[in-house]
Amino acid sequence: MQPTSARFHDNVDKALRDSDLQTALHRVDKNFTSRRTAAVTAMPEFEALRDEAVQIKNHTLDHLDLYLEKFEENVTAAGGQVHWAATPEDARQIILDLCQAAGTRTVTKGKSMIAEEVALNPFLEEHGITPVETDLGEYIIQLADEPPSHIIGPAIHKTKEQVSDLFVTHHAKLGKTERLTEGEDLVAEARDVLRPRYLEADVGITGANFLIAETGTSVIVTNEGNGDLTQQLPRTHIVIASLEKVVPTLEDASTILRVLARSATGQQMSVYTTFSTGPRRANDPDGPDAFHVVLLDNGRSKLLGSEFQDILRCIRCGACFNHCPVYASIGGHAYGWVYSGPMGAVLTPTMIGIDQAHHLPNATPFCGRCEAVCPMRIPLPKMMRHWRAQAFDKKLDAVRQRLALRAWVWLARRPALYRRLSGLAVRYLAWRGRPLGRLRDLPFAEGWTASRDLPAPQGRTFSAQWAQRRRGNT
Amino acid sequence: MNAGPRVGLFVTCLVDLFRPSVGFAAVKLLEDAGCSVEVPTAQTCCGQPAYNAGDRRDARAIAENVLRAFEGFEYVVAPSGSCAGMIKQHYPQLFADDPVLGPAAQALAARTWELTGFLVDVLKVSGLTARYDGTVAYHDSCSSLREMNVRDQPRALLAQFEGVELADISDGEACCGFGGTFAVKYGDISAQIVGKKAANVVRTGADTLVAGDLGCLFNIAGKLKRDGATMKVRHAAEILAGMTDDPPIGEA
Amino acid sequence: MGAAAAGEHVSGREAILGAIRTSLGARDDDAARTAVEVRLKAHPRNLVPDRAAVSDTAREAMFVSQIEATHASVARVAGEGDIPAAVAAYLAHHNLPAAATLAPDVAALNWASQPLLETRVGVPVESDQVGVTAAFAAIAETGTLMLTSGAGSPMTLNLLPDNHVVVLRRSQITGSLEDAWDRLRDHQGDAGMPRTAMFVSGPSSTADIELTLYLGAHGPRRLHIILVED
Repeated sequence: MQPTSARFHDNVDKALRDSDLQTALHRVDKNFTSRRTAAVTAMPEFEALRDEAVQIKNHTLDHLDLYLEKFEENVTAAGGQVHWAATPEDARQIILDLCQAAGTRTVTKGKSMIAEEVALNPFLEEHGITPVETDLGEYIIQLADEPPSHIIGPAIHKTKEQVSDLFVTHHAKLGKTERLTEGEDLVAEARDVLRPRYLEADVGITGANFLIAETGTSVIVTNEGNGDLTQQLPRTHIVIASLEKVVPTLEDASTILRVLARSATGQQMSVYTTFSTGPRRANDPDGPDAFHVVLLDNGRSKLLGSEFQDILRCIRCGACFNHCPVYASIGGHAYGWVYSGPMGAVLTPTMIGIDQAHHLPNATPFCGRCEAVCPMRIPLPKMMRHWRAQAFDKKLDAVRQRLALRAWVWLARRPALYRRLSGLAVRYLAWRGRPLGRLRDLPFAEGWTASRDLPAPQGRTFSAQWAQRRRGNT
Repeated sequence: MNAGPRVGLFVTCLVDLFRPSVGFAAVKLLEDAGCSVEVPTAQTCCGQPAYNAGDRRDARAIAENVLRAFEGFEYVVAPSGSCAGMIKQHYPQLFADDPVLGPAAQALAARTWELTGFLVDVLKVSGLTARYDGTVAYHDSCSSLREMNVRDQPRALLAQFEGVELADISDGEACCGFGGTFAVKYGDISAQIVGKKAANVVRTGADTLVAGDLGCLFNIAGKLKRDGATMKVRHAAEILAGMTDDPPIGEA
Repeated sequence: MGAAAAGEHVSGREAILGAIRTSLGARDDDAARTAVEVRLKAHPRNLVPDRAAVSDTAREAMFVSQIEATHASVARVAGEGDIPAAVAAYLAHHNLPAAATLAPDVAALNWASQPLLETRVGVPVESDQVGVTAAFAAIAETGTLMLTSGAGSPMTLNLLPDNHVVVLRRSQITGSLEDAWDRLRDHQGDAGMPRTAMFVSGPSSTADIELTLYLGAHGPRRLHIILVED
């Protein structure tokens, strides 16, 4: 997907004017936050589990090479094969080669952010293979030709009416010409339409929430069961996952699973949590004949040992999105690339560069809620500040803002001059604020005054009054 | 002069420039509780604008100035969760690699308090004698909540008043959208966020909005006034010190 | 790094592992390898929530109440002999045709006692509406069934038919996810993991349209558990 993060202001403007999007975002805000709170309150050990999850991930990252080697050893022992993709191009080519070897025309897909990251679908299509998204949200945005807007609910920006329109447009050629309006009916139609696609695909591609080194297992977490149909029915099952998904043992995966579903949707466990190890065994009546895991690096090995290492603990729960006031205002597409929300503000610059992505870590008031709800205790604001430091050194900020900051800093280091000039400035602003005690507009501050008044200063600084009081007392 | 703890008041640039009455209210509260209060004149800014802009070098220079100015005080108190948080949480990080200033920053951080947190957790103030008649909606600033562990303390102080009724703001932990320069740089997003906060504040039916941070207060008040709301907006210190003669924020 | 010449896939692996080692920096390699070996071999339990440590009866009640809360249904029967009748009754109750596809694991039950119930054993076909399978275990902590693949348990039978009936013995209900793993390890012995271990906590659902919950997205719309009080 071509990033549009550099056009952030335009994206934001469009998002704020989109009333359907705003309605959808309001729904997300209300729903996910209360569910998470309820789930967390109901589990007394939640904070302790968070701490354990952090320790598990940190330990794994400190030994990442060794755990990946063990993972590969165990996948191979179970009859599967691991492929190592340093770049998105490598990952795409490996998967294409596997699909061509399997002679498949269509590929069913479970939800995978990594597949989005490497832009797998357009590449497969270019080579005559049709990817079929099976997660309902992914299916909807596939029809709409849009990227996902939320890490666990890709189509939450869509209204039911928009889904009805998409279905009647795209399903007509399948003989389904009635425009459905009830949610149940839309879900049923999607199920009907996708069922034959599951059965005809010779390759199924899933992501992985976890890769388990102890057993060579990939784990997926869904509510629909689409990932399960995707990985059970075809002859070849391909898992695409990034390096940092590996955890040591089944017990370690179990611990992190406890904080994952609760943080994401407030569930204790998602409806289907499935552990897949290798292809079918000799006596299994069904299951794939081949099991492949494509491990993607794409810069993650470089994040290790850097000031951004902690983002590698992310388990893609979406809690940070759900509690972010910026995301709640603009939605996922405005961020301009695959990963949005607070984790996207940290991860995206590592992949598309801070030059293009500098608005993302900048467009936040640093309320800190993301870090507060992150099950993996990732210090998201701290890492956004690291990006801001890099952006500052590269002078990526607008000239006007850099000069204003320079002026402020220069004055702040000269207290006597600061007092004199600030005294004058507040006298002026207080005067401008008459008679109401507030200003409706102020040069260089349109960002504020376009929608808010600016309360006027009282007129004399505290420093001046305090100095006078002290002079009066001596 | 009081014989109690020796407190250095960190005025904050917003109080200094925009609303000095908050500073005087803070001094009164501290002196009434037995502290001797001084206001080092070398202070200007806590350095947060530079720090948040990624200008670590200037942030350190300003912070160094603060470290020096506030040497020797038993406590440093600010009528702001944001500035107190900058000193307490971020100064140690700014100087983490400095063998001299690192320990100095840790030491200052350990002595730095937000005003209401200080009054309750350290001075154990009770029996405030001021009176305020009205329903108060209390807004928690993000920095108070998440950097200074302040939430119950201002409510405990207000509860000591006769005549005050406290109202809960729905989705109370949500940000007001100020975020310093964010409010101007990304003003449209900030406006969207403060719009939600203002609507929740108005929905409480309270006649007064109170908070411990002027940034939040100016932001929400600015939105309320633009929308024509009649709610009064004040800093917690003004109410607690019984100093409500000055017009509320954004009024004359 | 471009597409494969014969040697390049190998170098993908070495490139990645090399990059990781460079980033991690100097370390005591032996100590690191030992730490990894030890953790994998011992697979120690981390914190297990208190609620999972309850008595058998309490465990059963916890399992039942939690899975019922997700719109699954539970019917208790006294013994294995009662299962076919319970299946027939369930189908009748939901106005479903009296036909079911059985996993080999449940084929030996006394289906002859239900002559009007048409049964077939094996993998499902698209038109099958009812699948009957046996659970490997269940987890009280979260109200979850554990279904594993094997000669007697085709996994697609848990997914394709719209109605899924699972036979569960009371003795199979464990307290926690960790207990379930221990059970699986004991059962599998040297054979290692099965191809699939699927944990099911309710019927298939989605909230992808306006965050409203709908059942029967792709997996079964109905999940019914026949709990044998053994």
